[in-house]
Amino acid sequence: MSAIDAAFDALGTPRLWALIVVIGVATFLLRFSFIFLFGRVEEVPPRIRTALRFVPPAVFAALAVPAVVSIDGSLGATVTDDRFLAGTLAAAVAWRTESIFATIAVGMLALWTFRFLV
Amino acid sequence: MRRPSTPFWDGVRVSLPVLLGLVPFGMVAGITAVDAGFSPIQAMGLSVVVFAGAAQLAAIDLVGEGGTFAVIVLTAAVINVRHIMYSASIAPYLRRLSLARKALVAYLLTDQAYAFSVERYRETEAERREDAEATGSTAATTPIPITPGGDGVAYYLGVALTPWVAWQIATVAGVVLGQGVPDEWGLSFALPLVFIALLVPTLDGLPAVLAAAVSGAVVLAGGAIPFNLGIVVAAVAGVTVGAVAEGVLG
Repeated sequence: MSAIDAAFDALGTPRLWALIVVIGVATFLLRFSFIFLFGRVEEVPPRIRTALRFVPPAVFAALAVPAVVSIDGSLGATVTDDRFLAGTLAAAVAWRTESIFATIAVGMLALWTFRFLV
Repeated sequence: MRRPSTPFWDGVRVSLPVLLGLVPFGMVAGITAVDAGFSPIQAMGLSVVVFAGAAQLAAIDLVGEGGTFAVIVLTAAVINVRHIMYSASIAPYLRRLSLARKALVAYLLTDQAYAFSVERYRETEAERREDAEATGSTAATTPIPITPGGDGVAYYLGVALTPWVAWQIATVAGVVLGQGVPDEWGLSFALPLVFIALLVPTLDGLPAVLAAAVSGAVVLAGGAIPFNLGIVVAAVAGVTVGAVAEGVLG
């Protein structure tokens, strides 16, 4: 591989750079929205405020659930899957401690235990 | 040497305990980005340019699954829509700042920067009102804005730059570490664990639980939802059910 190819590899694909920039701009605009508009629009309409409150639980559930629950196999296969067991344990830890660190630590240890030892 | 007690360092000190959760979260962002095909520089670019953990991780996940450009952007935007709440809530305090300073505040506006700074501004405001009542002068009824170069700005930089610096260092650590760990360790499982840790504290009532349950169920059934739009459709369904339940249950 030439030095130029290596440099391009290190830089990564243009598509991913475009993705990074577009997501970055969208995120900034959401954060800037009312800070920028203050004086013109002062309040989030109550209906929208109610809806926004449910964005975090809905979004985080949509991200977490498919990684720990599989519906391909039988119910028995699902609940004995190592990811399901580790995820359930991690959820209990998250509930008790509200700590991201403790949740990751217990969840990973549980996954390795179920995967390599049991 | 003792650090001086200035608003900036007060902000740094208040933010430090949060780093215990933020650092592993940032490392996961670095590890999984490289796994999904981002170059190490792009993994860093993602953390610097976007600087929003949950959206970064979801985007990384979808890139790994071969999602289309539009769907990945839409998913990240839906996840970050909650920042509109923070923006609206902090906006009145910022009204005396220049546009450039407002933009800097917005770029650094994370869940914890918002929570710590607005808490402090409200305390300061309450003290000023008490003083005003004691002296018999009329108290302001609108939020008292922070002033350019004042304590409020310094405190914000303390609570906002601390997670920013930690996030960047953690991403680098993840990028470096991720390249040396064998696949069968399943380090990518740390990703849903982060989402579980973020999800559980948001379940503060039946409507929120219903929003999460419906969203989770829809995304599971989502084999039928085309173009990797599962997360977006599930989130919209969950938010709708949560809002309706809130209306019904009061």
